[in-house]
Amino acid sequence: MVTETTSASRLDRISGALHRHPRLRLALLLGLPLLWLVGVYGGSLIALLSQSFFSLDDFSGTIDRSLTLETWGDLFTDSNISIAIRTASMAVAVTIGSAIIAFPIAYYAVRYAGPRLRAVFFVLILIPLWSSYLVRVYSWKLILAREGILFWFVDKLNLNFLLEAALSAPGIGGPSLSASALGQFIVFTYIWLPYMILPVHAALERVPKSYLEASADLGAKPLQTFRTVIWPLAIPGIAAGSIFTFSLTLGDYIIPTIIGDSSPFVGLAIYSYQGVAGNLPLAAAFTFFPIVIMGIYLYVARRAGAFEAL
Amino acid sequence: MRLRAKHLGLRLSTWAVLLFLHFPIFIVALYAFTTESSAFTFPPPGLTLEWFEVAWNNGDVRDALSLSLRVAATATVIALILGTMAAAAVWRRKFFGREAVSLFIVLPIALPGIVTGIALRSAISIGGIPFSFWTIVIGHATFAVAIAYNNVAARMRRTSPSLLEASADLGANGWQTFRHVLLPQIRPALVAGGMLAFALSFDEIIVTTFTAGNQQTLPIWMFTSLVRPRQRPMTNVVALFVVALTFIPIVLATRLTRNTEGTTG
Repeated sequence: MVTETTSASRLDRISGALHRHPRLRLALLLGLPLLWLVGVYGGSLIALLSQSFFSLDDFSGTIDRSLTLETWGDLFTDSNISIAIRTASMAVAVTIGSAIIAFPIAYYAVRYAGPRLRAVFFVLILIPLWSSYLVRVYSWKLILAREGILFWFVDKLNLNFLLEAALSAPGIGGPSLSASALGQFIVFTYIWLPYMILPVHAALERVPKSYLEASADLGAKPLQTFRTVIWPLAIPGIAAGSIFTFSLTLGDYIIPTIIGDSSPFVGLAIYSYQGVAGNLPLAAAFTFFPIVIMGIYLYVARRAGAFEAL
Repeated sequence: MRLRAKHLGLRLSTWAVLLFLHFPIFIVALYAFTTESSAFTFPPPGLTLEWFEVAWNNGDVRDALSLSLRVAATATVIALILGTMAAAAVWRRKFFGREAVSLFIVLPIALPGIVTGIALRSAISIGGIPFSFWTIVIGHATFAVAIAYNNVAARMRRTSPSLLEASADLGANGWQTFRHVLLPQIRPALVAGGMLAFALSFDEIIVTTFTAGNQQTLPIWMFTSLVRPRQRPMTNVVALFVVALTFIPIVLATRLTRNTEGTTG
């Protein structure tokens, strides 16, 4: 047998060697992506942690790189904790709101829509999930403005008094919807809604039709079937969706900047600490709030079966 | 009769939700044509194409658009290469740390964007790295890898390993098998994953803010002009443009992956 070192036979030998040494093949395939993720992303997370042990020199405005717990001390002030509580409450409200809106559409798509219609629904829900997050937030500034379409519509219906009552309510109101906590709630719910619809839809899709028939055969009324069969099986889907709505609300700073009464949220506080204030160590320490709240939340959600429904 | 009325309620609320999801985009489109330059009056007092010309001739907008396109293209290419390699590595194989690897790959999209952003910002600060085109690309590629990986891995799960065995039995080497057997199999996933990654990168703002320094991508230009409203009508035009440019790849990608599970995140 003549051995020519043409490029083809060299390729043959390389692929033969890779076939015989699966570990080498694995190392070659995984090396570069892992280097990127561990090097860039893992390294950044470590940088984030160490940054939080630095401190800001108040006089020079530069970052002092000697390790200290000073920044962590600054983190747990009453005002910062109230920001965290405020953000978590908004996350809860948004999660409940989007679950209520998501359920009927998911239920309808699974129970009554034909396969073609279901495919159309799917695309119509996916498009907003992927597209132009910033533009979609911005669109609500146009909609909720005092001279905008919503006020115009309410005015045509002569329902001004309802809107004014909502806006004068303490805590949620403001000079106009685009500058109120109520407006923020609407926009948060709008933006994260597709993240709730998809897992709820997936959970409902997995409820076997025979369960519903069995329930009816055993004499349950539709409402009873809903309460004792469909609802418990939908809960993992809602829990899975709530992971997204929760996590995204905790980290967002775009919505509170564009919509609302400029009262701080966790994301907004992080953003302004690193930007205007130039206090990167405190911004880094502040990410502790979303990470810990998400950690607790993931633990609870896992017990509700969220990971099986993802 | 009662049953049909109930369906009607459900059907109406379904279409109402879909309208709720899509109607704001139409509002943005409408306002791109309004003659008014300082308020958001509805209905618009008049319609004009003037702002399209103004936006097109604006140097800042053009620079931002060009930066966004270059970043998105570069990040997409990096993400497709790394994502495909990672997906191929975990495919049909069990090894120590496999679960940890797949968890770590999706971590950048599982954690809130601001955590990723501040983490990269901290690394840039500690490493003394100057902000550049590449700091933006690195931020985008990090989450885009997860999207490419998800798409390709989902497709590979449905590819029968016997195809590769047949190819090897017929005498193909590893490269030939990849080129003529595996690549055609995963091509739709690559195209879909690439388009989604491009669209996400093109309008990403949460992470970009922390890795861009003074550079302006199109979303950052938009966000800045929203916070300090000076060029409102131009903002509307740019918003419409961003929608159009992300809409097309997303629709194509959802069509391509309609039958593939696990593409949503």
